[in-house]
Formats: sequence, C-alpha cells, structure tokens
Amino acid sequence: MARHIVAAVDEIPPGGRRLVEADGKKIVVFNLGGEFFALLDRCPHQGSALSGGILCGLTLSDEPGKYHFSRAGEMVRCPWHNWEFDIRTGKSWFDPQRTKVRAFPAHVEAGAALVEGPYQAETFPVKIEADYVVVEV
Amino acid sequence: MNIIRPIAAPGRPAAATLGLVDCDIHPRCADLGEYRPFMTDAMWHRLTTYGIHARHGFHKGYPFPKAAPLASRRDAWGPQGQPPASDLGFVQKQFLDHYGLDIGVLNPLQPSGQGDVNDELSAALAHAVNEWQLAHWVDHDARLRASIVVPYEDAVASAAEIRKRAGDGRFCQVLLMSRTSEPLGRKRYWPIYEAAAEVGLPIGIHAFGFSGNAMTNGGWPSFYVEEVQEHATSAQAQVASFVVEGVFERFPSLKIVMIECGFGWMPSIGWRLDNNWKRLRDEVPHLKRAPSEYMREHVYVSTQPIEEPAKGEHLLDAMEWIGWDRILYASDYPHWDFDDPRIAIPSFIPAEKRAAIFGGNARNFYRL
Ligand code: FES
Repeated sequence: MARHIVAAVDEIPPGGRRLVEADGKKIVVFNLGGEFFALLDRCPHQGSALSGGILCGLTLSDEPGKYHFSRAGEMVRCPWHNWEFDIRTGKSWFDPQRTKVRAFPAHVEAGAALVEGPYQAETFPVKIEADYVVVEV
Repeated sequence: MNIIRPIAAPGRPAAATLGLVDCDIHPRCADLGEYRPFMTDAMWHRLTTYGIHARHGFHKGYPFPKAAPLASRRDAWGPQGQPPASDLGFVQKQFLDHYGLDIGVLNPLQPSGQGDVNDELSAALAHAVNEWQLAHWVDHDARLRASIVVPYEDAVASAAEIRKRAGDGRFCQVLLMSRTSEPLGRKRYWPIYEAAAEVGLPIGIHAFGFSGNAMTNGGWPSFYVEEVQEHATSAQAQVASFVVEGVFERFPSLKIVMIECGFGWMPSIGWRLDNNWKRLRDEVPHLKRAPSEYMREHVYVSTQPIEEPAKGEHLLDAMEWIGWDRILYASDYPHWDFDDPRIAIPSFIPAEKRAAIFGGNARNFYRL
C-alpha cells in the first residue's frame, strides 16, 4: 500500500467531503468531526458515485413506533437507490458482512513529517507548517 | 441481490446484440409554459387559474414521500440546475449516449393531465403533452418515441386522441396508469382499446396514477416503501380485469405491457386464475380459454425495478413462466430507482435471452 497525500486538512471541513484520485482510483474522503475516512467512489450495487450522495444518520428502532436517531452525518446514501453505507467502515447497513464499499485507511499528518517521504503528493506541493490528509491505497 | 461489477464509464451491454431499447423514460417539462403553444386560451386559463387536481381527496403533491427529490437520481439535475429529464442535451449526454441506447420510449408522468378530476382539462393536457413530446423531444432525436397520453377516465376523448395519431410512427403505444377509477377491463374503457387496435398500437400501463381509492386493498398504508410495493398488486388487479372481462376476446390483436410493476407475481395470478376458472368457468362463459393463455399471449412486462432474489434461479423461473419473448428492458431514467442496463439484467440469464430482453422483444412488441 502506498501512502497518498490527497488534500490539506482545511480543504475538507467537518461534515465535508472531497473526491480525490489516488493510484488511478476515484476515492471520496469524508471529514467526520475531524476524523477522516476514505471510500471508493463507487457503489457496489450498480456503480453510482457515492460522492454525490447525501449524508444521513442512523435511525434504529427497538419496536414499531419507537425510533432512535444517532450518528448524524455518519452514513452516506447512494444517489441512485439510496443504499446506506457507514462512512467509518464502508459497510452497508442492510448486509454489512457481504455488501460493502471498499474503505481505505486515512489519517492526518503534519507537513513537516511528510516532506521526509515516502509519500506521494500527486497534485500539490506540501508545506511544512500545514497538516494533510493521507490515504493508504 | 445481484451484486455485479459496477461500471461508471460509458458503454452499452455487450449482450444487446439485437439493439438496446428502453421502454420507460420519463421526460418532464421544466415549466408548464412549455405546454402553452398546444393549448387553447380557455384551457390554458383553466390550468393556470384552477390547476391540476388528481382524483384523490385533499391531495397536493405526492401522497407519500418519495425516496429522493422529484423521485429522481441525485445526479439527474442538469448543469444549470434543470430539473431531471427536462433538457434534451443533458438527457443525451447522461443517458442516451452514455449507454448507447438505440431506441427510448417516452412515458410522461406528471404533469400530464391523466386522471385529472376535470375531464376537459385532462383531455387538453394529454393532447398538449403529446404535441410537446414531438416538439421538444422526438423531432430532435430520432432515437426517441412518444407515447399517446390519453385522458383515460374519458374513454371517448381518449379514443379521439388516439385516432388523431393514427399512422404517425413517432408514437409507439397508448399510455395508461395502473391506478384508475375502475379496473381497466371494464367496458367504460373499451373505446380506448378499440381505437388502439384500430391504429395498431399496444397499450403501456405504467405504475402510479390516482384512482380515488386507497392504494392498497387493505386501505391507506403508512410508508412509501408500501406504496412502491403496491404497484405489484394494482398491476395484478388490472391484468386480471383485462383477462376476465374478455377484453382480449373482443380485441384479439391487443397487447399490453405492465411497466414498473415488477413481474414476480405473474405466475401466481396465472395459477390462481386458472384454478378458479376451472371451477367458475360458467360465470364467465365469454372466456374461451384458460386465463393464463390470454396472459401469455397478450401481457408483456418490463424489467425495472427488477426483482433481485438471492437465488438467481427464482428469477429465471418467473421469467420462464412469463415467456422470454415477453420481457422488455426498462431503465426508468431519471428516477431514483433507475436500472443500469449493464448491471440490472444479470449475466446468469443466457446471452440470447438477454439480447431479447434488451432489444428483440421491444422491437416485436412496438414494431420498431
Ligand atoms: S447504485 Fe448505489 S444503491 Fe444502487
């Protein structure tokens, strides 16, 4: 797995997302309250681009009529048939073991550490004083 | 669930060797003013003063929430924010060219005037929508065909609209909805079938519409997920009505296609009707054959949204019963439950049968 620098941290605000390309793959990077997650930008159902989906939370129910809403903004719904995927894991809600979108490890690194390598910054120069999102592909 | 390799790049299904025909595309006007040139002053006045009123109490907007805005794919808005399937250039780019479609059948839904409580407005709007399909779509892209939208609750006016289009190859079917104020086999609708048979066009029956009755036999459901599964039951009632009322005895050349209604229910109603017909034949002596024989001669189905059973052979069994020559590919573009032709028709269906579904069957059905 190569590590790719895909964006400066302040380019993807909390709740935001960005479509990037690394190793020839389209990858959508989400910021959930300062934590970053990267998913392949391709729904496992019929291939629509998940980067165009809305974010939602998780509504669960113990019994008909009782609903609990949680994890606001942590699920992405496919822009076509509305399948829900957990942004943290890439797993679908309805069949988490078998139906999932590929997830890539993502984390933040300081520019000062990154200039040492071995990283691949494909699209922009890295500044020592800034922080960057790194995705392992 | 058929999980198959997703494809984002343009391209058409390799199995579409007999052409790629989509029998369900939903064009939409960006603005009602697009209909103005095709309406009289009086009917334009009625439309803009009193509005459109579905046969449906206290109803404004959708009775159930849709899964997505305008029930559409979230990527279906044009670059300038045009509503889904309202701009030919964008439809060509995102859909017709992208999948390499050979022929696409337009099924305008709302606002089309179908099922309006006011018969005159219903007829005027249906006529305008037919002219609009030609002027805005079919005359600019030879791949497209129009449907004759008819004010079906007024069968005489519907027949007149059908006869106006006689011999015009730009129209390939007469369009009805699956929820009508009475079952479609009833005699009050027969002038529609008489005119369709006369001009040699089949009938397309698309899910939705407003009957004035609750959407399920048990009353009003609570959720959209119930509404969309109900299409199968309204379709069953319509198919049974066509068969049992003797429509196909009276109009032996008539063919119908159930669009967006699913099809897994077809074998079941065939079996049940046959079973009951053996016992109750005397009640319906106008039927000369078993009900399923009429179904297998006159009733076609479209694929989208295709059933996705866990075991592929269950899908094959249902398709086998219906008949491999009577299943037509449909995309439902631009709606949210759209089916990508390269993925939705699973590859465990033998290639020559997929070829028939993609193109051959529609060419025969619509005489394209
Ligand atoms: S393509 Fe994503 S849910 Fe169907």
